[in-house]
Amino acid sequence: MTAVLEVSGLKTHFFTHAGVVKAVDGVDFTVNKGEVMGLVGESGSGKSITGFSILGLIDQPGRIVEGAIRFIGEDIAKAPEDKLKSIRGNRISMIFQDPMMTLNPVLRIDTQMMEAILAHEPVPRKEAWERCRDALGLVGIPSPEERLRAYPHQLSGGMRQRVSIATAFLNKPDLIIADEPTTALDVTIQAQIIFEAQKLTRQTGTAMIWITHDLAVVAGLADRISVMYAGRIVEQGLTDDVIDRPLHPYTVGLLGSVPTANNRGERLFQIEGMTPNMLALPEGCAFSPRCGSASGACRTPPPIEHVADRELRCYHPRSQAAAQ
Amino acid sequence: MTDTAMQSASTAPVKIETPFQRFRAEYFESRIAATAFFIFVAIVLLAILAPWITPQNPYDLAQVDVLDGRLPPGSEAFAGYTMWLGSDGAGRDLYSAILYGLRISISVGLASGVIALFIGMTVGLIAAYLGGRTEAVIMRVVDLQLSFPAALVALMLVAALGKGVDKIILALVVAQWAYYARTVRATALVERGKEYVEAAQCLGLSRMRVVFRHILPNCMAPLIVVGTVQTAHAVSLEATLSFLGVGLPQTEPSLGVLIANGFEYMLSGRYWISVFPGIALLLTVASINLVGDQLRDVLNPRMKK
Repeated sequence: MTAVLEVSGLKTHFFTHAGVVKAVDGVDFTVNKGEVMGLVGESGSGKSITGFSILGLIDQPGRIVEGAIRFIGEDIAKAPEDKLKSIRGNRISMIFQDPMMTLNPVLRIDTQMMEAILAHEPVPRKEAWERCRDALGLVGIPSPEERLRAYPHQLSGGMRQRVSIATAFLNKPDLIIADEPTTALDVTIQAQIIFEAQKLTRQTGTAMIWITHDLAVVAGLADRISVMYAGRIVEQGLTDDVIDRPLHPYTVGLLGSVPTANNRGERLFQIEGMTPNMLALPEGCAFSPRCGSASGACRTPPPIEHVADRELRCYHPRSQAAAQ
Repeated sequence: MTDTAMQSASTAPVKIETPFQRFRAEYFESRIAATAFFIFVAIVLLAILAPWITPQNPYDLAQVDVLDGRLPPGSEAFAGYTMWLGSDGAGRDLYSAILYGLRISISVGLASGVIALFIGMTVGLIAAYLGGRTEAVIMRVVDLQLSFPAALVALMLVAALGKGVDKIILALVVAQWAYYARTVRATALVERGKEYVEAAQCLGLSRMRVVFRHILPNCMAPLIVVGTVQTAHAVSLEATLSFLGVGLPQTEPSLGVLIANGFEYMLSGRYWISVFPGIALLLTVASINLVGDQLRDVLNPRMKK
């Protein structure tokens, strides 16, 4: 398998008045052609910032301080803006969380979709329009000609997210970063959107990074899962391995937090404590204050270890028997 | 208008309704606003058609007869036509003079409004998009400008530049661009933080395209409102300057000049020379302001019932 994206040692820090926020602090992962990688973590764990770092869209006061982002063999972490602009929306595109917000309310769908093509390819408008129409058909939108003439407010949430997905696939990108694309949708629509996205990645061989906080979404969709906590990937491996036999105590906690595992009336499981303050991270392993098996060793940051086909940052991995 | 909009919405759910159609329907819900709009349109039409519907060209001295001076409304002029609104001290038919005056007043108001809008819009967008030091400098200049009364700024400029339509427009632009700049910047700052801007950047669009194609159209609502109100303001400001004698010359009488001309006759009972141009000015400014008020109500989602 050829790697589409190799991220190594990526550090994106925000230099605020209150101090340095290490939103992404040493992240390594690889996404292969046609592969879906689930990037899982709770709010503020740095998963979205990782996505924006890849596109070079980190706003002041943040910047990429270290690390390499090799996209098809070329490091784009320090690429000039022009180079990045020719990649954005063309070779790497993005799908956002809230389809109500990501379409410009005053521009028609056709204007917004054609823009994505015309920004990168000097094709006749008619051809661009036809490609948009076909793309909408591909994501299961009925009567695409009519929808193209509509304004965003005339479409439902699910419909708009389909438009976003169609736009993301317009230029046949090598990689799509989907930032919680189903979070704002209800469950049935969620399933449809995941289905469309999965179908398209299989058809086109486009690699995808699916950012989410919902393990259930990623379980059926992703080939591999990376679990992020406080700016670092704490566990990374094949989806089935991670879901069935989690090793990192945080992954165990995340899986335990899915309410379906409980009996009715029973107290729901939650991970003790709060997400750490990104301005004052605990020394060593950021999860140690909330971790049941933390010890003195956890004061020094755990290195990446390769355990059972997985990359893990933990001194006290759960044995397979102990994992529920 | 509302009925047809509702019908079409219920019979054909996929019917494409442009934001403009929706806006039009909402605007005409208010009767006062509709009336104001039609009065304004009528005034503009009268002003445009002035040369064809007036008995006299008040700028053409050959047509003005001093012997017709200060005739009360309804008198017959030496040339034979009836002066329904009377005549002023120089023998100009007031009806003709008011329509020609409206021409000048409205075109000066619109021209200065449009130019100020473009300047203010560009400056405000640049400030909002670039941020940092550029923004700080621009906005302090705007604050400085806004701390002076507009009439004072315009008065000083006209006093320095001299009389003439072009100079008045320049003075009004200088007095007003800051309002537009401040409005656009405030709106653009909000819009810039929205996700669709991020999404547009993710599509690899150029900066110019993001600013002018994506952010600007979303700033139009408040801009239209400020534009209407400021145009009304420009019309009355021009009248003020002309009334004070520093605006337009006697040979090109705007409404302000006409009012000033009649002012000296007020106490001797010849009310019409000042009052009729005054009413014309009032109707113009009031109708534009009422249109502006309704635009604000329709375009601002927070004002919705």
